[in-house]
Amino acid sequence: MTNADGQYLAPPPEEQHGSQGQQHPLGLYFKIWGLLFVLSAASYLVDYFHFQGLLRWSLIVVFMLLKAGLIVAVFMHMLWERLALLYAIVVPPLLLLVLLGIGALEADYTFLTRNTFFGTVSAAPAPLR
Amino acid sequence: MATHEASAATDMLPQAAGWNSIVTDLSSDQRAFKNVPWGKPMMWIFLVSDTFIFGSFLISYMTVRMSTTVPWPNPSEVFSLTLFGNNVPLLLIAIMTFVLISSSGTMALAVNFGYRKDRGRTVALLLATAALGATFVGMQAFEWTKLILEGVRPWSNPWGAAQFGSSFFMITGFHGTHVTIGVIFLIIVAMKVLRGDLDTQRPGFLTGRKGNYEIVEIMGLYWHFVDLVWVFIFAFFYLW
Repeated sequence: MTNADGQYLAPPPEEQHGSQGQQHPLGLYFKIWGLLFVLSAASYLVDYFHFQGLLRWSLIVVFMLLKAGLIVAVFMHMLWERLALLYAIVVPPLLLLVLLGIGALEADYTFLTRNTFFGTVSAAPAPLR
Repeated sequence: MATHEASAATDMLPQAAGWNSIVTDLSSDQRAFKNVPWGKPMMWIFLVSDTFIFGSFLISYMTVRMSTTVPWPNPSEVFSLTLFGNNVPLLLIAIMTFVLISSSGTMALAVNFGYRKDRGRTVALLLATAALGATFVGMQAFEWTKLILEGVRPWSNPWGAAQFGSSFFMITGFHGTHVTIGVIFLIIVAMKVLRGDLDTQRPGFLTGRKGNYEIVEIMGLYWHFVDLVWVFIFAFFYLW
């Protein structure tokens, strides 16, 4: 911050001390807290009722992402942070998706190779006797 | 009702200037994150690095689980508890999840009361968070004991793929360590609040920096992150 002559001016006090802290109504926290409980119960029920297959996996992932989103957005106050901070923090972890893809490819290959070389007896035709 | 809440939420948001604000912030002089106390981005950057650690653990767990030709033990049965003669699946894990979410709620409230300079309530809520965290670690110790007694080892277990044990001990062990460190961290912050260090700006014993209520929020970031990691572990390790 400089004046017309280019001299440095001290920033106003509120800028010097940073933000005045995150202050939000308590009701908001209670609502999110309740939602987190409901979502946790819902994901537990997925297991309790023995949902299987695609339904199970999609429900688990949806509840998980909703919970994670609520925690980061409200409890960690990301919703009210500057966009520059939000993008600096939230975007880099997306790189993990690349690792996920590599891991899945590699695991598939390992699984194939293991079956080819150490294939279980049940998978191979029964030996003639 | 819904529209009213939506408008209330947008009122609380900063005036969004979109990409322009990001470019201006990042290309500006001296500080990229304007009006953000320096400790907060530091904690966030640490949490990003921790995200990569836990991300790598969970992805390697996925890799070993996908590549094994031996059936994976069914977590729903492995982690079931017998209660009044009934076998309830995943009961202990469900209770642990609720304990950790409760602690996240008390932590969020502690941050709020901290900024209101309500010392009594802040201390009480911080200690409640620590107690819930300690309960969580205790239940985890119980779970580990039970599994070890049943014969689960990092290299073998009675039910199937050997990788189950190594993934379990590595992932939950690392998470439990984080919770334990968090409990210690919480007790230290609670003591600072109780003594009034944050009101008198007493210099910290390790860093010598003036105390203020931002450290409660920074502590909160760490604690919520621990809860966040559990959300992913619960989904991928216990429910999948």
